[in-house]
Order: sequence, then structure tokens, then C-alpha cells
Amino acid sequence: MLQETNVKAIDKVVVRFAGDSGDGMQLAGNLFSNISAEIGDEISTFPDYPAEIRAPQGSLSGVSGYQVSVGRGVHTPGDEADVLVAMNPAALKTNLRYLKRDGIVICDVDSFTPANLKKAEYKTDDPVKELGIDPRRILLVPMTTLLKNTLADSGLDQKAMMKSKNMLALGIICWLFGRPVENVLRKLKTKFAKKPAVYEANAKVLHAGWDYGHNTHSSLPVYRIDTAASKPGIYTDVTGNTATAWGLILASEKSGRPLFLGSYPITPATDILHELAKRKDLGVKALQMEDEIAGICSAIGASYAGHLAVTSTSGPGLALKSEALGLAVMAELPLVAVDVQRGGPSTGLPTKTEQTDLMQALYGRNGESPLCVLAAVSPTDCFHMAFEAARIAMEYMTPVILLTDAYIANGSSAWRIPEPGDYPEIHPHVLPKDRLEAGWKPYDRDEDTLARFWAIPGTEGAMHRVGGLEKDNVTSVISTDGANHELMVKKRREKIARIADTVPEVVPMCNADADTILIGWGGTYGHLLTAATQLNEMGHPVAFWQFRYINPMPKNAIEVLSRYKRIIVAELNTGMFADYLQMHMPGKEILRINKIEGQPFLVKEIVDGVIKFMED
Amino acid sequence: MENTEKKAFIPSDFKNSQNARWCPGCGDHAILNVLHKAMAELGVPPHMTAVISGIGCSSRLPYYMNTYGMHTIHGRAAAIATGVKTANPELTVWQISGDGDGLAIGGNHFIHSVRRNVNINILILNNKIYGLTKGQYSPTSERGTVSKSSPYGTVEDPFIPAELCFGARGNFFARSFDMALDITKEVMVAAARHQGASVVEILQNCVIFNDGIHAYFADKEKRADHTIFLRHGEKMLFGKNKEKGLVQDGFGLKAVTVGEDGYTIDDVLVHDAHAKEIYLQQQLALMDGHDLPLALGVIRDYDTLVYDQEVQRQTDDIHQKKGFTSLRDMILRTHETWEIK
Repeated sequence: MLQETNVKAIDKVVVRFAGDSGDGMQLAGNLFSNISAEIGDEISTFPDYPAEIRAPQGSLSGVSGYQVSVGRGVHTPGDEADVLVAMNPAALKTNLRYLKRDGIVICDVDSFTPANLKKAEYKTDDPVKELGIDPRRILLVPMTTLLKNTLADSGLDQKAMMKSKNMLALGIICWLFGRPVENVLRKLKTKFAKKPAVYEANAKVLHAGWDYGHNTHSSLPVYRIDTAASKPGIYTDVTGNTATAWGLILASEKSGRPLFLGSYPITPATDILHELAKRKDLGVKALQMEDEIAGICSAIGASYAGHLAVTSTSGPGLALKSEALGLAVMAELPLVAVDVQRGGPSTGLPTKTEQTDLMQALYGRNGESPLCVLAAVSPTDCFHMAFEAARIAMEYMTPVILLTDAYIANGSSAWRIPEPGDYPEIHPHVLPKDRLEAGWKPYDRDEDTLARFWAIPGTEGAMHRVGGLEKDNVTSVISTDGANHELMVKKRREKIARIADTVPEVVPMCNADADTILIGWGGTYGHLLTAATQLNEMGHPVAFWQFRYINPMPKNAIEVLSRYKRIIVAELNTGMFADYLQMHMPGKEILRINKIEGQPFLVKEIVDGVIKFMED
Repeated sequence: MENTEKKAFIPSDFKNSQNARWCPGCGDHAILNVLHKAMAELGVPPHMTAVISGIGCSSRLPYYMNTYGMHTIHGRAAAIATGVKTANPELTVWQISGDGDGLAIGGNHFIHSVRRNVNINILILNNKIYGLTKGQYSPTSERGTVSKSSPYGTVEDPFIPAELCFGARGNFFARSFDMALDITKEVMVAAARHQGASVVEILQNCVIFNDGIHAYFADKEKRADHTIFLRHGEKMLFGKNKEKGLVQDGFGLKAVTVGEDGYTIDDVLVHDAHAKEIYLQQQLALMDGHDLPLALGVIRDYDTLVYDQEVQRQTDDIHQKKGFTSLRDMILRTHETWEIK
């Protein structure tokens, strides 16, 4: 049994729940992170699920994991878990590698049946010994037996009983981390409001789990997590995809333009479509079209008709949308294309994360077709950057690509619901009546932004034609004149460059005066920030900056970066952003830390990588 | 908003100052003029009209309209028109595509916009050849067509647009040809009045690459015997003096001369474009102008639920029923939240 330890005060803890897809691990993990967030913890969660929808029960390929980190200074779901909850031998085998050396395993010993051991490809009948787990650090809980005893009088059959097994595990975890079960019960009551019998069963089991932990407590270390003080406000938890959808909805409210989504299901972006389809209750029109191309094309049509138009996709879908993006560039119509990046090329690793669509987003179109490229850095930042994408699209009359990735799209965090005054109004560049009456031409531009006017069908007197052919720089009549074409190419480019006027400047974080700066972009923010913080604590001074505005970059970016002796770019690809920076900083050596395993960085990998460069 | 006051329009209200740049003698000139007339007859103001096209000779058409318009990318006009119409169902939306744009590269969007029954008017200008790329066969070219990309003749069968439309569960199909100005105008007006996706095939002559492809029925002296103009509720008669008619022949159709072989006017079928059942309409649409006359006019015109209206209705209903005033309101009322003070 486990070694006796005193109460451990820690600032954050990582718990990994692993089991079959049907074991309810995500729910258990979510409840744990939510009750922690309620008392002010920062939270970060990450689901690690297989590409197969329903792999055979108990098999190695069917295991899904859900990792949760709660506490203070939480920017990632954690490299390794302090506690691993494994619901069967397969989960134990596949997830043990995510456990810290001194971490604790909680495992359902009743699941160690010959059939399960065989399915999980064990060679012996003792998984603990076979995997080399220190018996003092594993708590073998007879979960199935406890469950049956607890629910003996409930009248439920075994199948129904087993559905509560996740609550037994959660009960133990609650006890372990000093979380009152009452907080969970309140949430369960809402969740099962219409199924009181299910609520009763889950409540009993949750208590049983807590009691089990309490009664065997002499053998367990107990943790007390120091709680962070968060900004006052009303919070909920969101995944990156939901936050993206909500950011677009707020942009619609702040601009007065109705929201339209044209999309096609694709992993890992589909939840944006799901969320916006639900939001008919806020007047959103979300269309599932016949393919990716129809998704963006319907959005372009809606944009022409005056809507805040969006298409959501992942890498392969963005490839299909390239030609239509070019049309939106040429017609100068506002459009937000969200690309939730996944492993590529081709179908690649559909459920895994990567940052390999950067070059596609920047350059993946025919002709000179610049557009704005943004990247969200965390699940909650997806809200902010989706809002920004919509703002820029409508104020500059341009397509904007927002890059997120599977990691932040599926991961969740506690998120403070913005108060009514938190976000500014958006001013779409709609053709005003006085301008129309004063004599307007379709390619008249705003002097500052170079945006052309949005002349929306239904407006009397503003009938005009746009399209993919090059147009006269004023009248929008087809033009093949060479000088006009060059002028238009330059205007389109200059318009995108001017977006930088509204982009926040680079202000290096951590140790800004260091010689070395660690640079990242998009979804690696949490890992890089944690690494930079650790490096400084370890006595290696490092500055840090995470890019969210990729094209255009913040105006001072190159000037600020040039001050550093050592620039290290860490990214989940072979060096796309490093190459992009290099283009803007010829002659400056850009050092690189790269990973292309379909998984987020481990903080350790970045720390080690930076130290190695500093020693060189 | 749309003017409630009915205003009279003339064709030139829909015409802009640009000179059409199609080849002299191209059938598109006539179709463009007829479209201006049809729009005037419909009375929808130019600012409530949007014309969306893809790529190809005929897809240049929006540039010659004094309406809202978008000349888009190859094959995607139907998808873009779906977006325009679903975003704002108040607009009257026309899609202009050729046989290549609409049925080859755009085939997928064509069938799906028809299946969804989006209230757009799809004009397929069918010249059975690719003109803008200078003479390759198209998906409507007959087997054996010799073209620049099929110097020894094609070895594939063509689509019949009507069949594709019906296969996609289309509810409106009409046909005309470029020289039949009155019929073209009549079917355009009918297409616009029909609620739902309206497919109008206009057989059109390419003077440069496929001249005379429709001559077997379209030539003045052949027209009467090789075409039949169908109108809902009227007898299916054709010929110079309407002396011929279509009668039921087993499960098929037969052309007869009224008064000969024992056939009387009572045997001649009456056209029912509004029938839900598609069987007879399909047979009429498949007549090719050789053994049986090519059918012109509105062949099918059946009313059912319309996509863009249903999207609007469902969105309005749910929005109203839930009564959320904002994103924040929705989250606070439907999601688990907690307060930190």
C-alpha cells in the first residue's frame, strides 16, 4: 500500500483520468476542474482521444485520456500527472508514461480479469509487477465491488450501475484533494435534473468513493492546493472551439451584422459548427453545406449580402478553400476562416495537434493574395481572437484566417464571461447614405484603412458588380490594364499592412532585459510561458513573447526582437514561423526548437532546449 | 427594405452601360436582352436583385446588369447564390452558369442546391461545348463529339440537365433556346415566380466552337415539327398547324397526327406541370427532338418547402422561443457558471 505522507501543500496538481470511451472520464475530469475553478483555481484540461469512434472495449486502442491541471499559475494541463486514475488494465498500460516518477495511481483492481488482461496484451496476470509500478504508489480499489455494494438496493441492473463508476473515482479524488463532494452534487443535480434516479445513484457512489478514501486515509498522501485569486466576475468553463464560436457571436452583437456560418464537418473543428448550429437561439444562421468549398462559398455569398460570414475547418479543408479565399481577397469582402490545425499532410493525424498550416494560411493561394492571419494562444484566447478576426475582417473588408489547433480547441479553461462594457464596438465599413449620395464607386477606399465600402444588396442606388477578375481601381469595371493591376496588387497589400495600426505592440514578458528571447505563436503559449518562468527561476534569464498577430505582425516586432542576442523559436512544426521571421530579419540567426509528434510540447522539452542553446 | 409600392420597370432599368463582349452572333446576347425584359415584367427592383455567376462565357453576364452581382469562381455560383439567398431571403437571386460551370466542376453544388430547394433561379446556358477555353467537349456533349480535347470523338455519355435536376429531386424545370425569345422570357418569369430552386436550361448556340449544334430542332423550318411548347393545363400539341399531339403509348409517349390512325384530340395528353409525380414530366423532358419533339416551356413546377425560408423560420422561431437577449444572457441562462468576488 501507499507510503504514509503528511498533507502536501502544492500550488498546482495534475490529474489524468484514463479509461474506455464509455467510462465517463471526461465528465469526471470536467467536474473536478469545475469545482476547483469555482473556488478560484486556474484550470486547464486536455482530452487525448483516439481517432476511432468506438474501439473495442478494454483494448489498448480504445483508451481515452482526460488530463486536468488545477491550482495557481496553471497555463497548461501539465507535462506529467501527479495522479493517474486508470479504470482498466489497458488504460493503466497506455497512460502510465504520463505519470510523474513519484505520482500515484488509482486503479480499479476488479477490472484485472483474465479477459481484460488479454485484451490489453499483458503477458502475466500481475499488471502492477509487469509494468514495474512501485506497489507503495498504487491504490488498488475494488471499484466494481464497491459499486455493487453501494447500489445493491437501488434496483439498477449491472449495466446501469457501471455507468456510475466514474463517480466512485471522482469521490476518491475529491477526498484526496480536499474538495467537498457537495460542490459536485450541486452540479450533478443540474445535469440530471430530469433523471432523479440517476442523480441518486451517482450521489451515493460519489459519497462511497469519498468515504473509501477517508477510511483508508492512513495509506495515502493528501494534497492541499493553494488557490489563486482570479479576477472578480462570473465564470464558466469553455473549450477553445466553443470560445471561438462565442467570440464570433459577440462580434456580431458589437457590429450589428448578423452571423452566418457556412461549414462542413471536419475533425477537430466540427464543434464550432455544432455550437453555432445551436445558437439559432441567438439568431445565428449556421449551414452545413455539401463540401468545404460550398462552406466558404456560401459564406462569401452571405458576406456580399451583408452578414458577418464565417467558415470553419481544419488543414485539409483550408486547402480546398484556397481558391475561394482568393475571391474574397479580390472582391475585398469580409470573411473569417477558422482553421483548427491538426497533424498533416493530407489526412495526417486528424485528432492530434500541430502548427503546420502557417505557410498554407500565409501563402496558400494563387497570385498576390495577402490576407490577415491571426493565431489564438489558449482555449479562452480563442474568444478574443475570434472577436479580433471578425473586427479586422469587417473594418478592413478582408478575409482573415484564424489559426487555432486541436490542443487549444479541445482543451478547456475557466473563462470570465465578459461584462457588457469589456469589448469595444466594431465599425463595419458599410457604405453610408451621405457617401452614396455624394457619388460613390465600388473601389473608393477609406483614406486610413484603405478599406472599400460594404455596399449591401438591398441598398437603393448602390448596385454594383464584384468578382474574381481584376477591376478598375475605382469603378470596379473589368480591367486588364497592367498599370491598374499593379496599383491594385499594391493597394491590397498595403491595406493588410495597415491592419498593424490596430495591433497591440510586442512587450516581452518574463525577463525582458535578458540576452535571450523565447518566441512562440498560437497554441503553445501555456507551455512556453511555463518554460520561460521555470528557466528564470532556475537562474537562466529569458525573455518571452507569443505571437498572436502573424500577418501583419505588430509594428515594433522586428525592432524589439533585433535587440536580443539569441532568438529561439519553439513551434510544433519543422520551423515555419522561424522561417517567416528569418525572412523579416535576414542575417540574424534564428534558433529553433521543434516537435512534430502530434502532441503538445512538454515544458521540460522547451526548458532543456533553451538551456542547450544558452550553453552553446 | 423592399419597396411595398409596386413600381413599373422597363428593361433598360436592369441594363448597365457596359457593352457585352461576347462574340458577334453569340446566343448569350439574346438571352441577356430577354433577361432584362423578364426582370422588368417581374417588377422586382434592381436593388433587390442579385445575379451570381461562375466562370465561362455566359458567366460574364452579371457585368451587363444594373443589379447587384458577383462573377465568382469556376463551378461555385450555386454555393455562393445559396449563401446570398439564405442570408437575405428578401433578395431575388439568379444564378447564371454554363454547362461546364454548372454541371461539370459545379455539378456537386448544382445537385445540392436543387435538393435543398433554395429559392434561386438557376439559368443553365447549355451550348454543349467549352467556349472560353476555346473548344473542348463538355459534360453535355453527345457521345462521339469531336473537339480539341477529343480529336477522335468522346467515348462518354453526356448528362441530360433535366434528368440531373429530377435526380436531385428538383421541383422546377423549364427549357428554352436562345432564338425563342418569347418562350425564354416566359420561362424566366415562371422560374422567378416559383418558390424554390428553379432550373432553366437554355440551349444556346456557340457560333465559334459549336455552331449549329442545336440546328436540328432550332432552325426555323424544323422548329414546328421538332419541338413542342408545353404549358400547364394545355393540350400537348405541336406542328405547323398544331396538327400533331402526344398520346400515351403503353408506359411511353407517342407522337400522332390528330385525326389520323383513329386518334382524336381527346387522346392528346394535357400537360400537368404541377403534378407531384414526376413520371410523365420526366418522359417529356427526355424527348430529344429526334423521334419525339424537344419539350420547351415549364415542364415541372411543383411547390414544396423552401430552404432559405425554412432556415429563416426555424431561426426566428427558436430565437423568439428562447428569448435570449445576448450571448451573455444565453450563457448565464444555460451554462453552469460561478462567481468569483
